[in-house]
Amino acid sequence: MATLVGQSLRRKEDYRMVTGTGMFVADIKKPGMVEATFVRSTHAHAKIKNIDVEAAKALEGVYAVYTGADLVGRVKPLTQIDSHCRLPKHIEDQIKPFMFNNEEPVLAQGKVMYVGQSVACVVAKNRYVAEDAAALIKVDYEPLPSVVDPFKALEEGAPLVQESMGNNLQAYFHLPVGDFEDVLKKADHVLSGRFTSPRVSSNPIETRGVVADYESRGDQQHIWSSTQMPFEVRHYVAKILGLVEQNIRVTAPDVGGGFGAKGGLYTEEVMLAFLARELKRPVRWIEDRIESMSAARHSRDQIHDIEVAFMNDGTILGLRDHFVLDVGAINYFAFTCAYNSAAHFRGAYKIPVFDLTCKIALTHKTPNVPYRGAGRPEVVLAMDRMMDMIARHLNIDPAEIMMKNIIPAEEMPYSQGMYYKDGGELIYDCGDYPEAMQMALEMSGYKDIRAWRKEGRYVGIGISSNVEGTGVGPFEGAKAAIDAFGQLMIHTGSSPQGQSHETVFGQVAGDVLNVGLDKVTVKCGDTALLGFGAGTYASRSAVNAGSATHFAAEKLRTKVLAVAGHVMGIPAEELTMKDGVVYSETDPEQKMTFAQVYEAAAPGPRCKVPPGMEPGLEATHYFVPPTVTYSSSFHVAEVEVDIETCFVKINNYYIVHDSGRVINPMIVEGQVQGGFAQGLGTALYEEIVYNDNGQLLTGTYMDYLMPTAMEVPKAIQGEQEYYSTRNPLGVKGVGESGAISSPAAIANAVVDALSPFNIKIDRLPISPNRVFSLLQDGQRA
Amino acid sequence: MAAARKNLSALQSGQVSQLLLPFLQLGEDTLDAFEKGLSKAIETDLLAMTVKQRDPAAFEYLRPSSLEEALQYLADLGEDAKIMSGGQSLIPVLNMRLSTPKYLIDIGRVEDLFYIREEDGYLVIGALTKHRDVEFSPLVRKLCPLLIEAVRWIGHPQIRLRGTIGGSIAHADPSAELPCVIAALRGEIVIAHADGEETVTPDEFFLTYLLTSLQPDQMIKELRFPILPETAGYEFTEVSRRHSDFALVEIAAVIDLDENNEITLARLAAGGANPVPCVLEDAEEFLIGKEPTDEVLEEASVLGSEQVEPDSDLHGSVEYRRSLVKALTKRALQTALKRAGGTKG
Amino acid sequence: MNTKEITVTVNGEQLTETVETRMLLADFIRDHLNLTGTHLGCEHGVCGACTVLVDGKAARSCLMLAVQADGSSIDTVESLVKEDGTLHPLQQAFSDNHALQCGFCTPGFMMTLVDFLNENPNPNEHEIREAISGNLCRCTGYANIVKAVEQASQALAKQGE
Repeated sequence: MATLVGQSLRRKEDYRMVTGTGMFVADIKKPGMVEATFVRSTHAHAKIKNIDVEAAKALEGVYAVYTGADLVGRVKPLTQIDSHCRLPKHIEDQIKPFMFNNEEPVLAQGKVMYVGQSVACVVAKNRYVAEDAAALIKVDYEPLPSVVDPFKALEEGAPLVQESMGNNLQAYFHLPVGDFEDVLKKADHVLSGRFTSPRVSSNPIETRGVVADYESRGDQQHIWSSTQMPFEVRHYVAKILGLVEQNIRVTAPDVGGGFGAKGGLYTEEVMLAFLARELKRPVRWIEDRIESMSAARHSRDQIHDIEVAFMNDGTILGLRDHFVLDVGAINYFAFTCAYNSAAHFRGAYKIPVFDLTCKIALTHKTPNVPYRGAGRPEVVLAMDRMMDMIARHLNIDPAEIMMKNIIPAEEMPYSQGMYYKDGGELIYDCGDYPEAMQMALEMSGYKDIRAWRKEGRYVGIGISSNVEGTGVGPFEGAKAAIDAFGQLMIHTGSSPQGQSHETVFGQVAGDVLNVGLDKVTVKCGDTALLGFGAGTYASRSAVNAGSATHFAAEKLRTKVLAVAGHVMGIPAEELTMKDGVVYSETDPEQKMTFAQVYEAAAPGPRCKVPPGMEPGLEATHYFVPPTVTYSSSFHVAEVEVDIETCFVKINNYYIVHDSGRVINPMIVEGQVQGGFAQGLGTALYEEIVYNDNGQLLTGTYMDYLMPTAMEVPKAIQGEQEYYSTRNPLGVKGVGESGAISSPAAIANAVVDALSPFNIKIDRLPISPNRVFSLLQDGQRA
Repeated sequence: MAAARKNLSALQSGQVSQLLLPFLQLGEDTLDAFEKGLSKAIETDLLAMTVKQRDPAAFEYLRPSSLEEALQYLADLGEDAKIMSGGQSLIPVLNMRLSTPKYLIDIGRVEDLFYIREEDGYLVIGALTKHRDVEFSPLVRKLCPLLIEAVRWIGHPQIRLRGTIGGSIAHADPSAELPCVIAALRGEIVIAHADGEETVTPDEFFLTYLLTSLQPDQMIKELRFPILPETAGYEFTEVSRRHSDFALVEIAAVIDLDENNEITLARLAAGGANPVPCVLEDAEEFLIGKEPTDEVLEEASVLGSEQVEPDSDLHGSVEYRRSLVKALTKRALQTALKRAGGTKG
Repeated sequence: MNTKEITVTVNGEQLTETVETRMLLADFIRDHLNLTGTHLGCEHGVCGACTVLVDGKAARSCLMLAVQADGSSIDTVESLVKEDGTLHPLQQAFSDNHALQCGFCTPGFMMTLVDFLNENPNPNEHEIREAISGNLCRCTGYANIVKAVEQASQALAKQGE
């Protein structure tokens, strides 16, 4: 009875957002609140000889100044986020990983490891005075040799990032699927290439921010953070400060974008919690953009050296990859991106033999964490660029080579012969990839583009595809309840940063209890709402929190019917419900409103629930997915290159995506378009650049170039709806797919446009400067 | 000077963001001091240390209502004061505390510097005239349409509304549009101080990246653009990484022909290539007296590209910038030609 | 402390306030007046999230000092909705077309567009894209914002008839 699911309903979130009445963390004001600011490392690697804070402390309006020395024995350092770092035993058996523990003090202790690391913290009556004081703090650094190149970091004798490790190889694994040496003997051709996805920054337009309050009466702490994971923040703040977790409440208010960078735990969250307790008053810290460019964590930064073995007809026999992930100074998420890279390398292609080795290197740079796509765009770039190279090597159309190697629909569900990170076997549940590719080619008029080139225009077309494990566990919960006024309430543990939870979960729950969206209130982003929660990341909320909402709503529906049936003396099976009224199917006059059922179910001496049933109209469900569900998308980019200015223009862009059952088409399309825009940024504009001394060169929005409305065309979308078999809704995740294939599709299109010059693109972004040097090299060749 | 250039190219090769450069003026206006400041900044990572702020340091705010009053403040306060007109370039610098003046002189309401008029063969524009007023001025359209083409490339409408032409010239960003235009046209900059005023050429005014000959007690009063023959064709074009970013390279071009289809007037300048706007004199000379064939334009653009001495930075290598000068010079000349002969667009 | 008294008309209401001379207009609006619909995304004039109207024209409130606004009228996103709660055609169009996801950049876009549509009531797609190119949105990829502006311009034209 889906009347809401499948509809492009306007969002419940919008009214407050368009009227400026949303509540972001920077909007929170508490009586007596003071403001914190951080003094940050200006060196990539240096010993801290002394920090002089006297002048800062003496400034009028300053409440406190802290340095690392003040935290010794009181505030533990941050370590990797355990819940995201554990691998199941059978995966460990297959890939034989090792990983060193590493840590970051909340304020630097003795030395700094990257530009932007927190060194001291000032609290003052307002931000202006705090900055006045910060400017008075004198940090005496003794610069140490630093290393910013991951290959150099792995060399013997390289400057150490984390002394306790003894070298900079922080983690390693080897994944063998079949025997690649054997394949090498059989293959007609072997091609190799190095593909580099540079460091980028996810850059939500709202920077990070924290407000922390502490009430010593009752030992209650409340933290508001612009985070993707409020439950993790609560857990780790408790752990690091040695507090009782249940005395801490963490709220993620309206959050202005996240895309990965607001996942996990940050030193500032701990520091603010600590400060509120020390000063016994609310403290606010709002990150500024320039601070954010070095202190908010970066992503990507992978270099893949691959070899691919194939036959004369283009059939791929096997692929080997050695890759290095430059994780910066601390690896917070262990194998998350690296193993994603392994699990998604082959995507929609049938490549029976696959051998991958990963080294994770520490360098003196900002830590590297997942960002939209999380390890996937990097390998899709390598895979689909290689597909294109095979095609050009054999002088066969790339579309033909891709189609030749694609997994046929009749082989679904298809096993890739390895495990997913959650421990499940990596088996694609459903989908029709050849059909998707055919759709994408037809939509784009793939064949016609070739004709344009004859007119002397440097027009090109490029293809890329991806299959993505979405909806990763471990779990997500939802509580469904009805209040005294008959309003349906849904609380979820996963909280949004723009993904429309209030609307989407309202649609799911509304359908189960057959009420309109206006009769559902969805609340998320608060540890006070639910016992457990994971968070919004990895294209997982619709699958996990959506399914939890569905099950909790079903439990509630059953309860509502049981209580109403018991009160009215009608068997529950004969009852139905619509618009908040429960009535007999045979005699609609026999009815109760939700409010009446609420009253009947309320605990107390007049409670009228059936014997043995718990009072209260509420139900909670924690959904644990069996493993991920696989969404897919096929991208076709059509570009034109001005060979004089070397600028690339995207003329048209097409995406066919399968995200299973679609709850709200308008929102799903918005996710795909938004992902595409970020992928386009990665492809053509964005790069975090450090110089050899580890100084960040792209520290402002003048140098770090995110695309504007002038650079991002509308992606024309086509849709497949292969319902997932791994959750009750049939949904698959959609958040990341737009970002995963766009760099590879655009890169292939540029190579195609410039085919007269016979160039290769093996790293991003494809800036005009890079196109220029490719053309220079190409012409010389 | 050579040493300063060396340091500057170190900077341009990407050791600091463009936005941080104003800090390097350090309130001193000699190249020596500039050079010293640069070395110091590089050695001590002063730049990185200073950019962790978002709100300005405290200052005393002064708001003169006349040019005379403004000049008196400047005479009295000297290096402790900073002038702000529209604030579109200065306020980010204040926010990051790259500049921490004791006094901020807001000349935004000095109404006697707000005018556009014709005077002795010149189009004369008061320093505090907003970009947007230039963009929509019928007089500018009639007397110096090149300026309108150029102003349209400046930032976004929001920036054009607040930013002033005097501010843009004083900021002396080598990739800004107005310095390139005033250099191409051989315009003049009128500088005022408490004791009077003087007129300087762009060549005298622009010293290097973000550094001008303006002394602490001086301010720009007006800009003077020679009026071009009505038959002259013109074009301003540029490329930037994204729409309305600072230009990688920009070209201002003016060309006029006689009845025999021979070039009688050529004005060409490139911005974004050198530390100051670069007049492409060799190309200009070459064009005079020639028929504007494709080969002639090609040769002129090659000459143009040979005249610039770009530095390499994050967004463009020396070779790339040079090739852009060539490509854009040719395109600008082609468009200017189409407009020449009184068929103004 | 350097302070100055300023008189401004904010969302139609005249106020006289004493402010620190260095206070940014954005902070004055947010912290002093508690109008938190105006957001700060970069504090260096690039992202456009802090756009408000100063004397009817779009301006970045992080690139202005509060003292510079003395004598001016300022309109923020809070001024758009009618007293009875009816949305401005732009607000309605943003919601109808899913032109916002996280919503953080939205007020800046809308204030830019109020000014733009006043000047150019019937824009084409290119003009719309150019008008919003000084505002960064990281969520939507802009396509739906363009669609929303098209709807709003039509709605405003109808209103004007």
